[in-house]
Amino acid sequence: MRADSLEQAGGAAVAARVNSAPARVPGFYTLFRTEFILAVRRRSDIANPLLFFVTVLAMMPLGIGPEPEMLARMAAGLIWVMALLATLLSQESLFRGDYEDGSLEQLALQPQPLYFPVLAKVVVHWLVTGLPLALLSPLLGMMLNLGAAGYWPLFASLALGTASLSLIGAVGAALTVALRRPGLLLALIIMPLYVPVLIFGTGAVQAALDGYDYGPQMAILGAILAAAAALAPLAVAGAIRISLEN
Amino acid sequence: MGIGVRILSWQWFHRLGSPRWFYQKTSAWLPWLGASSLLLLAVGIVWGLGFAPEDFKQGNSYRIIYIHVPAAFLALAGYYIMAICGAIGLIWKMKLSFVVMRAAAPIGAALTFISLFTGAVWGKPTWGTYWVWDARITSMLILFLLYLGVMALSGAFSREQSGDKASALLALVGTVNIPIIYKSVDWWFTLHQPATLKLTEASTIDPSMFYPLITMIAGFYLFYAWVLTLHTRSLILQREWRTQWVRELLGQSSPAAKI
Repeated sequence: MRADSLEQAGGAAVAARVNSAPARVPGFYTLFRTEFILAVRRRSDIANPLLFFVTVLAMMPLGIGPEPEMLARMAAGLIWVMALLATLLSQESLFRGDYEDGSLEQLALQPQPLYFPVLAKVVVHWLVTGLPLALLSPLLGMMLNLGAAGYWPLFASLALGTASLSLIGAVGAALTVALRRPGLLLALIIMPLYVPVLIFGTGAVQAALDGYDYGPQMAILGAILAAAAALAPLAVAGAIRISLEN
Repeated sequence: MGIGVRILSWQWFHRLGSPRWFYQKTSAWLPWLGASSLLLLAVGIVWGLGFAPEDFKQGNSYRIIYIHVPAAFLALAGYYIMAICGAIGLIWKMKLSFVVMRAAAPIGAALTFISLFTGAVWGKPTWGTYWVWDARITSMLILFLLYLGVMALSGAFSREQSGDKASALLALVGTVNIPIIYKSVDWWFTLHQPATLKLTEASTIDPSMFYPLITMIAGFYLFYAWVLTLHTRSLILQREWRTQWVRELLGQSSPAAKI
């Protein structure tokens, strides 16, 4: 049974618990649990980005030729770019279901700050999109002839990086949620903000493949994640309020 | 009461938010701004292209610096202007601030394009290639895409007010890119040369080439201010087309005779 939003899923019970929760960080765990259950039930939303990821990466050797040395040089970048595109594709539906039936407006009307529901949604989005991509990446690395030194940095950089991508992409999702036909606008406004993560992610894998220490790149990825986790939900909350006015 | 309270009050600040006040006040000195910017640009171009000495290594092809460097400066400064106007509009809810932000976006995008294009033209004789994916060039391309994103988002909303606020938020989020562009040539050893014009130490460029460059930079800043004011004025007329003062200005006196 498909359920697109908080209201449909938990009904009045969940809404009541969220609304009447006490004044500490209220409702975060409830929201997180509800969102996670919803997301896990929407199997297609989990499977589609992964299938896109795998299919396009399978097309790469068909397009650019199957020579192992060339694929090995390009593997890190190809996997990272495809993971980025798969994350971008799944961002659009982040808030749309809740916007369309009014649950987003109800969340915005709560006395608790919007920061926590937003963080809950983004964490669930990462657990359902980014983490599976990261877990699948060593398999695809093997298909693209990635060197042995690259597997662990690929997984680790993708795990950290896709978390940042989910946070940053949520800003774009919130800005475009009120538009009837956003088209590729979300991609256009978010891509420039994704570039630093992409640079350091591929930099980490390349450094490992060349035999250098990839600690600095991972540290910077972690720093980007820390900054995004602190600041992006604030921007998302502001963007949601702007979109709800429309 | 009286004078003391008037100076201490924020009246002058809030008057700045009135589109009509802005339009009337700028009408007076706009021609002077335009004339002085064109004069500085003319002097700088003739001096730089004609009279500055040849470069030791690059010969005459370095002269495109007199367009490339000022355009790049203004592209970065223009993004800050756009973002700060967006912030002022969001915080103080000033309509005029959003108008200036919308006006600054296409100008900044055009200047970024000019700096990328002139950089490519300069790169062919000196580095042997039109394009290379080094730190500064890539970050300037990202800046161009950020400008385009702000322009696209501001036009996507049916309500103009929502478009203002949304693009202001996006401009602010993109501000993190600017220090990265500026510092990228120092952090990564790349093909693009590091900064030669420094604020606190002596610049590493020869004085005979430096003065025309400063003239061009000053001319570009004045030109940017002129074009920004012109564009803001035209956007004000478009936004306020229903008001009495605009109708009178455009020569339509009665409400019946409107576009």
